[in-house]
Amino acid sequence: MKDHTHRTARRKLLATGSALGAVSLLSPLLPAWAQNGTAGIPPQLLTLGGDNIQLEIGHSTFSTGGRSGHAVTVNGTLPAPLIRKRVGETMRVSVSNRLTDADTSIHWHGVLLPFQMDGVPGISFPGIKPGETFIYEFPVLHAGTYWYHSHSNLQEAQGHYGPIVFDPEAEDPVAYDREHVIVLSDWSFTHPHTIMEKLKKGEAYFDYQRLSARGMFIDDPEQQMSWQERLMWSRMRMSATDIADVTGATYTYLVNGHGPLENWTALFSPGERVRLRFINASAMTVFNVRIPGLPISIVQADGNPVRPVEVDEFVICVAETYDVIVQPTEDRAFTLVAESSDRSGMARATLAPRMGMEAEIPALRARPLLGLDDMGMNHDMTSDVTSQEDAMSQPGMNQAGMDHAAMGHASMNMSSREMNSMDIGNMKMRDKSLAPADMEVGAGVDMIAMNPMDSAGKRGLGLENVNHRVLVYTDLVALDPNPDPRPPSRSLEIHLTGNMERYMWSFDGRKFSSIVEPIRFTRNERVRVTLVNDTMMQHPIHLHGHFFEVITGNPGFHPRKHTVNVLPGSKISFDLTADAPGDWAFHCHLLFHMHAGMFNVVTVRPLDGAAT
Amino acid sequence: MKTIISLLILASFHHAVLAQHQHEVEPDVVPTAADPHAGHSMPTPAETMATPDVPDPHAGHEMPGMIMQQQMPVANMDAHTDHVMPGTSGMQMSMPEEESPAPPAAFSGPEHAADLIFDSSVMAAAREELRINHGDYNGLFVMADRFEVQHRDRNELLLWDAQGWYGTDENRLWLKTEGEASTGDDELELQALWSHAFHPWFDFQSGLRVDFEDGFERSHLVLGIQGLMPYRFEVDTALFLSDAGELSARIESEYDWWLTQRLILQPRIELNLSAQDIPEQSLGKGLGNMEAGLRLRYQIRREFAPYFGIEYSRKFGATADYTRRAGMKTSDWHAMLGVQAWF
Repeated sequence: MKDHTHRTARRKLLATGSALGAVSLLSPLLPAWAQNGTAGIPPQLLTLGGDNIQLEIGHSTFSTGGRSGHAVTVNGTLPAPLIRKRVGETMRVSVSNRLTDADTSIHWHGVLLPFQMDGVPGISFPGIKPGETFIYEFPVLHAGTYWYHSHSNLQEAQGHYGPIVFDPEAEDPVAYDREHVIVLSDWSFTHPHTIMEKLKKGEAYFDYQRLSARGMFIDDPEQQMSWQERLMWSRMRMSATDIADVTGATYTYLVNGHGPLENWTALFSPGERVRLRFINASAMTVFNVRIPGLPISIVQADGNPVRPVEVDEFVICVAETYDVIVQPTEDRAFTLVAESSDRSGMARATLAPRMGMEAEIPALRARPLLGLDDMGMNHDMTSDVTSQEDAMSQPGMNQAGMDHAAMGHASMNMSSREMNSMDIGNMKMRDKSLAPADMEVGAGVDMIAMNPMDSAGKRGLGLENVNHRVLVYTDLVALDPNPDPRPPSRSLEIHLTGNMERYMWSFDGRKFSSIVEPIRFTRNERVRVTLVNDTMMQHPIHLHGHFFEVITGNPGFHPRKHTVNVLPGSKISFDLTADAPGDWAFHCHLLFHMHAGMFNVVTVRPLDGAAT
Repeated sequence: MKTIISLLILASFHHAVLAQHQHEVEPDVVPTAADPHAGHSMPTPAETMATPDVPDPHAGHEMPGMIMQQQMPVANMDAHTDHVMPGTSGMQMSMPEEESPAPPAAFSGPEHAADLIFDSSVMAAAREELRINHGDYNGLFVMADRFEVQHRDRNELLLWDAQGWYGTDENRLWLKTEGEASTGDDELELQALWSHAFHPWFDFQSGLRVDFEDGFERSHLVLGIQGLMPYRFEVDTALFLSDAGELSARIESEYDWWLTQRLILQPRIELNLSAQDIPEQSLGKGLGNMEAGLRLRYQIRREFAPYFGIEYSRKFGATADYTRRAGMKTSDWHAMLGVQAWF
């Protein structure tokens, strides 16, 4: 199946590649930095900078793979222009809404700023009405790679996103000879509202990699599951193949606005240190990124510098950014592959010394299957130190009143599959006693993780067994000491909840629309927040206006992030210093999960003159 | 018994965690492994007064993370832990396990910060839109589950079974219709129900049903449950109380067996029961009839799937007697050709 898809793609590429290449070279829909065959961004070039940046939000036509469709764009390009400023400067951006039929907004993702400049209609400001212009103005406080996107309706899925680079005032901690911005995204010719309707009404509507009866009789690696396990999954009324809600069945995965056939190419000279600034601006797609033949040195995560760590592949969840250094020494092309985590498609680009060069495109790997971990029944003792710690102090376990000493090691040597063949169906997948008192366990909650383990040390779906180095959060060590050394004064547990069948998503069992209590913090208090994923999907959780330190076993040097991916049936903890007074959005960055209700407001009080 | 098994398995996981946690592999980052050519201005441990992690897990009994350590009591390391506890151990141990409420200052100040800067009525409108856009779903669904031509007794018969809803995730107006049309012998059933999601996989439904059959009309109150059983059997069961006081029930269940990514074999069964004889409808007390079908459909699109199939129908007990008296067969095989469609 996969090979077939791939072969088809190759044939199409051969047939149409040159024509499409010519088109995209001249495309007015692409800003200069995203043009095919770019030599990179000259270090001093301010793509869009200056004292007053003017942005216009409007309707455009976007083309990829030989098709054209409606897009909502910034200054007529997809992705939007690169905004580049230096720390210490003032960011002053006039945003005019030329849509005529809809409000719009720009949220500066990952950027620390006064709350009224954060760009979330209904929280930070009223939004930008058709014909109106809103002026954003705030100081640039910190360097790094960030991005901006609409927080109105579902415009983000229609092309309303672009990159931001803030250069440090002093010397950049990362040395490089050349840089490229790599905006990964997912594009559908189907309107996002229609996609939402399909998700609400159709059963696994976009999943064309499900387990089938035919799969029992063919040698397809994606179908390797015994009938006993299949029965167990259907008994639970869950799908082991539900890795991504929206798939390559409708998405074309883009690199800087180019589909895989259009082969966006970034130039380098052999021997150079090339800095790639990755941004996952997708609506719904978690990517697995690799460049076969080139080790990847991660130097920055979510805009914050980390100690260089060399890997062969990394996961970039929706809304994360990673800066990496690659140093190709050979005079040849390399393929940059960003597979969708469900392996239903890939974004593809080429790094090459000259235009027109290509390297082999690896076939899509087999779609992974969900397992015990993803049901919140951890059996795997290879996860990191932090999770071990967490497990010991887990309240749910204590409530169960178990005598550890009395328990044997019976299940220790069992593989996931062997465990599956035990009667997992007898286990309670939705034990209400495991839910905290403030969680609502109604029709919108189809699962409660029995034994969620910390996923900071886990590789992510489909990468558990790949035979090379894969970045995990515990690899990330902040370059600079964390600014707030205080231990947390209180802890807060937030459950990520949902119902796959009804396509309902929420925090603590309550959709935002049902009028929920905001998450309240006292200004400057330090809080340990634990996100418990009671679903079988991964959720990239984003907090506006703050960086938090993800607990990774490197105290004092935890990576500071604005978005953290919580794997299915797992949990992640972070320490937050609530130092940004005001109201902030807090949500799953999978757009349709957010739209379905996985959203809340975080308040930080007192304001004490913050709102001036 | 189920509970005991779950507890045992859970417990063994937990125990295993305790038993193994000191053997865990360190995070893959070694401070000294930094690429000297990286150009990073790397603070030395001496400058920052803390080492971020332990390069060698067997290095001894040191607690890394000096900053943390200095600021909190090094908690008891747990009897099971006799090796290095790198990472966040001390901090974790000192963490309050139970959630505590936010300090009072968190509740101070304006309820909505942006109201201080923007017109509060404009903000209120924007907030309502924000609320609606984050979970307040309101949808319309229409599905012809079965729309088919059946071949029965050398006659063609048009049969439909359609339903649709309008409403939110939790509460919907749910309409159902079933019927048959053949030469001179039509049946039509309409149901209008309030449907409430009371469980992750089940809706409670109540409302009215009206039947039209050969000029004969009857109304019923309906109480039912529709949803997805374990093993993914879709069920639709209902009790009907007619305006003449007759009580009857219907149980329908179907299962989608995915043969390929688009080809689906669907067994379906329907049982009709009655609490009393209803001669006008030729229905007898008890189990009245059963239909058992097998339909093979191909999804040209998810929303549009033509199918063909066969069905066995059989009448039982007093219902069968009525049927025999009318000179008709009490059991029959028939074939059908149809389409399933939804939007």
